[in-house]
Amino acid sequence: MKKELKTDLERIAYNCRKATLLIEKKQIVALSSREKMELKIHLTGCYICRVYEQQSILINSMMKKLFKEQPQDVKLDTAFKEDLKQRINEKIGDR
Amino acid sequence: MHSEPVFDNEADVIGKYQLEPAYWVERYADYLYSYTLARLNDEELARDLVQDAFLSALEKAEGFRGDSTEKTWLTAIIKYKIIDVYRKKSSLSAIKKLSEFNDSEDEFFDPELNHWKKEHWPEPLGVEENDPLHNKEFMSVLQKCMQKLPELWLSVFKMKHLDDEPTETICKELRVTSSNYWVIIHRAKVNLRSCLQKNWI
Repeated sequence: MKKELKTDLERIAYNCRKATLLIEKKQIVALSSREKMELKIHLTGCYICRVYEQQSILINSMMKKLFKEQPQDVKLDTAFKEDLKQRINEKIGDR
Repeated sequence: MHSEPVFDNEADVIGKYQLEPAYWVERYADYLYSYTLARLNDEELARDLVQDAFLSALEKAEGFRGDSTEKTWLTAIIKYKIIDVYRKKSSLSAIKKLSEFNDSEDEFFDPELNHWKKEHWPEPLGVEENDPLHNKEFMSVLQKCMQKLPELWLSVFKMKHLDDEPTETICKELRVTSSNYWVIIHRAKVNLRSCLQKNWI
């Protein structure tokens, strides 16, 4: 028989979909007090979402690091730059 | 006789900064190229954008108020061109469905009760305590997972984590509604985390 969720509390306790959404939201904006309460109730009883939250925070810092690690001092080749300089100078001359 | 005062371009500027286009290439070309490459990962395209940015900057030069440095001003111009590319790629990938990632959460959560399906339970990855940010192998697994993300999702993350753009700006520039924004972030993260677990453990 399919389980039926009767009370609000039961619905919150089971709703990992919403809890994980709130976990994402919380890292970007402040949650409303109702959302805060719901998340707290859920996390108290849900070990899996606690693991999710920890990893979600970790993944955000990993992403930041990966994006910012890109080579900082790549250079354009000289021929391209010379050509570009010339085009700019021609345009300035036109004005 | 000429009675009107004659302003040369530079004296006409109101703020304290001036434009000196003759030096742009020397001063900023490499910087703008690196900036673009970090965001688009495509050398050919990055070169084109640098050129475009300089040429359109020349056309806009009269609108320069001198209240920011020319570097800031040029960066803003190329930034808009990058976002334009994000937008084009996003709509392209929406049509082509390039991603192998799931576009629905029902894969992960029970459609009725909304709890995690057992086969998708997040598990400890075993690196949490050991400085995972300096674990190269672990980082490269995430990087590979990120490369598989749909363009729109990846663009959202770049604007968020690379440029620290506020939610409003991201929504406006990428033309997503704010409720859709949370759906994207949530879906992308659930998928990304799952990919990381699958390929790491």
